[in-house]
Amino acid sequence: MTGYTEKIREIAARLLTEKTVEMVIGFRKGTVPMMNEPYFVKNPLEAANLVWDSNCGINLTNYLTDRKEKIAVLAKGCDSRNIVTHIIENKVKREQLHIIGVPCQGMIDRHGISDRVDGEILKVVESDGRVVVSGRGFEQTFDKADVLQANCRLCIHRNPVIYDELVAEPVPEQQDVDRYVEERRIEAMDVQERWAYFDELLATCIRCYACRNACPLCYCPTCFVDESRPQWVGKSIDPIDTRTFHFLRAYHCAGRCTDCGACERACPMGINMRVFTRKLEKDCFELYGWEAGMSLDQRPPLDTYKLDDPEIFIK
Amino acid sequence: MAHMGVEPDRIQLSWVSSAESNKFVEVVKDVTASIKALGPNRNFVKTVAKVA
Repeated sequence: MTGYTEKIREIAARLLTEKTVEMVIGFRKGTVPMMNEPYFVKNPLEAANLVWDSNCGINLTNYLTDRKEKIAVLAKGCDSRNIVTHIIENKVKREQLHIIGVPCQGMIDRHGISDRVDGEILKVVESDGRVVVSGRGFEQTFDKADVLQANCRLCIHRNPVIYDELVAEPVPEQQDVDRYVEERRIEAMDVQERWAYFDELLATCIRCYACRNACPLCYCPTCFVDESRPQWVGKSIDPIDTRTFHFLRAYHCAGRCTDCGACERACPMGINMRVFTRKLEKDCFELYGWEAGMSLDQRPPLDTYKLDDPEIFIK
Repeated sequence: MAHMGVEPDRIQLSWVSSAESNKFVEVVKDVTASIKALGPNRNFVKTVAKVA
């Protein structure tokens, strides 16, 4: 996967030189390890700063919202599904985009790695499925498979579903992935246990809204948590306010979330808020056979009506 | 909501047409009875202002 970098630079430089697009959105090396940052290239000479490795977990679809110019954007499997969702929701036009598909083999879980070493990580190098992490006075090697982001481990759509060109041949999809183990475990709990489970999950939340900002679905001009007239939800870190924020945000992502993991990755406290969105994703799949962002021709289940829609919840 | 630990009966959804007055009364009675049986929802009450 690290070999993609050269190809990406070449494509970006070509598109900009030929003026096919006005801007290429990709990644460049971040100032700290495991934190590649979004990079907006407008000059073909700058294309040489683009990189690709296993630290490109940020979802670049987030930067397409309401853009008017012609843009080339790098898209992993999950990002490409978010681009489809964006197009369906009229947040960007298909004609505006030149999608550079990147077959993905999973991103590294930066929280997970930091937890597994003593001391500050100063350097992360990956090659041949190994990740070497080093800092002052230590060096540790991990198998990449052991340090993947949780959502990547469960990923069944690694290849982009929509693209104008690919940087490499599609990678094999992961087979026989049981995606909803944790959700079934929670479903099996009784009501009080579930309440306690989520209380504990969100106990460390500081309401920084990094999850919301990293999420390509959260593009409302004013988020409900920022409104003060009316004030839908308290702004404190009282557990009730925190919980209201998280479950309402999850509801707004129902039938749209592609489990790209940007929220979890962005969280400074390492909270796995994906358990909210994943339950909705599971329900959408089981009730409507729907997976978000798989096709431009299908309307999402929440804005269509079918005679055979399940209605067990209506009394 | 039930997944998150709110009692399943606390939130109910029903369709009642403006012509279905009897059904409306039934629904109101049912919902009231089931909520009374559950008792007040203490989970969503902020008790004391917590200061960090």
